[in-house]
Formats: sequence, structure tokens, C-alpha cells
Amino acid sequence: MIRRTFPILGVLTAVLLSYGLYEALIGAPTEQSMGDVQRIFYYHAPSAWTAFLLFGINFVASVVYLIRRSMKADIIALVSAEVGVVFCTVVLVTGPIWARPVWGIWWTWDIRLTSTLVLWLIYVSYLILRRFSSSGQTPLMAAVLAIFGALDVPLVYFSIRFFRTQHPQPVIGGEGSIDPKMLQVALINWAGFLCFACLVCWSRYRLELLQREVEETEALEALLDSRKAQ
Amino acid sequence: MSAITNVARASLSKDLRLEWRSKDAINSMLFFALLVVVIFSFSFDPTAEESRRIAGGLVWVAFLFAAVVALNQTWARELRNQVLDALFLAKAFGNFIFVIVLETFMTPLFIVFYNLRALGPAYQLLIVSALGTWALVVNGTFFAAMSLRTRSREIMLPLLLFPISIPALLATVEATTAILTGDFSAKFWIVLLAAYNVVFTTACLLLFDTVLKAE
Repeated sequence: MIRRTFPILGVLTAVLLSYGLYEALIGAPTEQSMGDVQRIFYYHAPSAWTAFLLFGINFVASVVYLIRRSMKADIIALVSAEVGVVFCTVVLVTGPIWARPVWGIWWTWDIRLTSTLVLWLIYVSYLILRRFSSSGQTPLMAAVLAIFGALDVPLVYFSIRFFRTQHPQPVIGGEGSIDPKMLQVALINWAGFLCFACLVCWSRYRLELLQREVEETEALEALLDSRKAQ
Repeated sequence: MSAITNVARASLSKDLRLEWRSKDAINSMLFFALLVVVIFSFSFDPTAEESRRIAGGLVWVAFLFAAVVALNQTWARELRNQVLDALFLAKAFGNFIFVIVLETFMTPLFIVFYNLRALGPAYQLLIVSALGTWALVVNGTFFAAMSLRTRSREIMLPLLLFPISIPALLATVEATTAILTGDFSAKFWIVLLAAYNVVFTTACLLLFDTVLKAE
């Protein structure tokens, strides 16, 4: 079943992403005040939604790992954090590109920008921990850190919200109402991004699973060899 | 319950006595913080008005870096002796005391170098520094135990601790600035710090056993 589902998902992703690209560049109406620059929105916002969703999955998988100690939950946590950081990076790169022509500045310590940046920092430190800890304990340490990170999110949000109200600065233009066509295009792109994220996560999951099996086999073989030598 | 308190008290008094005799952590922390203060005051040459606005940030960045020095040593001794089951709270209190001592020594220096005088209610600074220090120390002690199980553990601690501490650091710095300048009320930030402390102290206590027993 996996053999068939994977290519189907791949084709679906390609179709959705190309349709989304067409709609974002040509189909969607041009925004009145910002002009064509606003079209980056169709990549910026869906990436952010995908990243937040993946970080949510990471948290749930980490909790499941702590309760059940299942290797699959750990791999899901790892994979979702990796892909989440990639999407979050896309958000942090497209944001300033959009902000510069519209607000006249690359960066502002706005609540959404800053929270996203802090979230990115937390998950990068998560990945660094995974890279540096001794292999047997990695899943547990990582799961604990993921829970700390998740606990931090509301505190980050509130602190930055209050921080900003004290330092008046250019604010993201009050969106008010969004053109239904624009929302539709953004949602199409989001669907494409989600499929793409699924695809990447899935391949990464299989790769990681194989890698761990190989490591396990190698360890067993080494053990057998040492027995034989004796 | 009382058995646990006794063990915690014994562990705490052991750590304090060891530190009192060697003064390893406190000396290196003090000298490190002093260096930070001196380098900062070379880099900025502010007037009293300006310094009041940036001092909150400078003070806490210096304390944060210096605290890492102490936090990194938290479990070193236990690692040598192969007993990691010392109680978490005792270690955290020990570190809390070290950092508070450091702050007591360093604050006069900051006042001298930056010509500081609080324009807001100064007694609130005590609350802010107690809460802010605990926020750094409770997670720091926890992550120090975690980074024991990593390669290059000395560098791991700040990498884990700083991102998680951003809200606490922001709250501490903003509250300090609020009190020093007297421009706005520090109340919200103190409440936020208290909430941060409650959340993370609980999380540390609940998850410490798990981290300790990791094989």
C-alpha cells in the first residue's frame, strides 16, 4: 500500500503546488496598496501555518514518547521538528523580503515576527541537542526539551505582546477583511505545502527508520564478532 | 516528607560548605561578571539618563553569562563521585544562593560605573532580582543535568537555556528598566516572571526523575 500511496501523494503535491503557483502569481487579484509584492503572502502565511502545525505534532509525539517510549513517536518528533524548522526558516526569510518594500524596514519587533523567531530558536536548539547527545538518551532528552519549549510558547507570546505595546512601532497593516479569492489561493497553497511537508516527513521517517535498523544490526554484528574472537 | 527535606538540606549544606572552602564558582563568576561590566562600559559611554535606559539589559546579560559559569559546575562534582541522585531542589537553591551573592557584589559596581539611581520604587528591584534569578537558575540546573549526557556539555547548556529563557529575560530586563527609569509600571512583568517560575519549577520537578533515570 505504501508503494502506491507515496507516488500518488507526490503527484498530488506537484499538481497542488503548480496550481497554487499559477493562482498566486496570476489568478489572485493584485492588492490595492501593496501591489504585486503582496503575492509573497501566498508563500509566507501557508509556510507559517505548516510550521506551527509541525511543531504541534512534535509536541504531541514527544508527549507520546514520554508515556509509551515508542521509537516511532520519537522519529515522528524528530522529523516534524526538522521539517518545521525548514518551513519556519522560509517564514523568517520571506517576512523581511515582504516587509522591506511595504513597511520600509526589514525587521520590526512585532509580536508575530518575534514569536516566530523565538520559536525557531527553540527548535534549532532542539535539533542541536539531538545532534549532540549520546545516542541512547537522545529521544528522552529531546522529548523533555520539546515539552519545555511548548510550555514556553504562551509565555513568549504574552511577554512580546506586552513588550510591543510599550514600544510603539510600525505594525502589520490591520488586515481587517481579506478578499475571499486571496484566502482561497492561500488555502490552495497551504494544501500544497501540507502535502509537500507530508511527503518530506514521510521519506525522512523511512530513512531514519532504516538508519536505526542498520545501526542496530551493525551493533549486533560487532557483538557477534567479538564473541567469535573469544 | 521530612526525610526528603533532610536529604535536600544535607545536600544543600554540603554544596555550600564545599563552595565556602574552595570558592571556585563564586570567584570565577565574580571575575567574569566584572570583566563583562568593564567591557560594556568601554563599549558604551552613556550619560546618566541614557544609561538608566540600557542598564537593565546590561546588568542582566552580565548576570546571565556569569550564572552559566556556576550552572555548568553544578553537577561536575557529582559526576566525579558517580552519584547523580542528589536532589534537584537542593542544587537549584544552591545555585540560587551563588547567583544572588554574585548580584549583591556586582550591583554596587554597576551603580558606580553607570551612575545609576532608581527613579521608580526601588524595593521592587529585590522582588525582580529574586524572581529573575530563580527563573534562570531553575531551568539552568535542569538543563545542566541534561547536558551532562551530551558531547561538549559546557557549550550545550547556554544553547539549551537561552532560547527557553527569552521570556524570563525579557521580563526581568523590562521590569528593571521600568524601575530604574520610573517611566512605566513593572507590575505586569513581575506577574509574568512569577507565572514563568511557577510553570517551569513544576515542569522541572515533574520531569527531573525522568531525565535522571535516562540510560
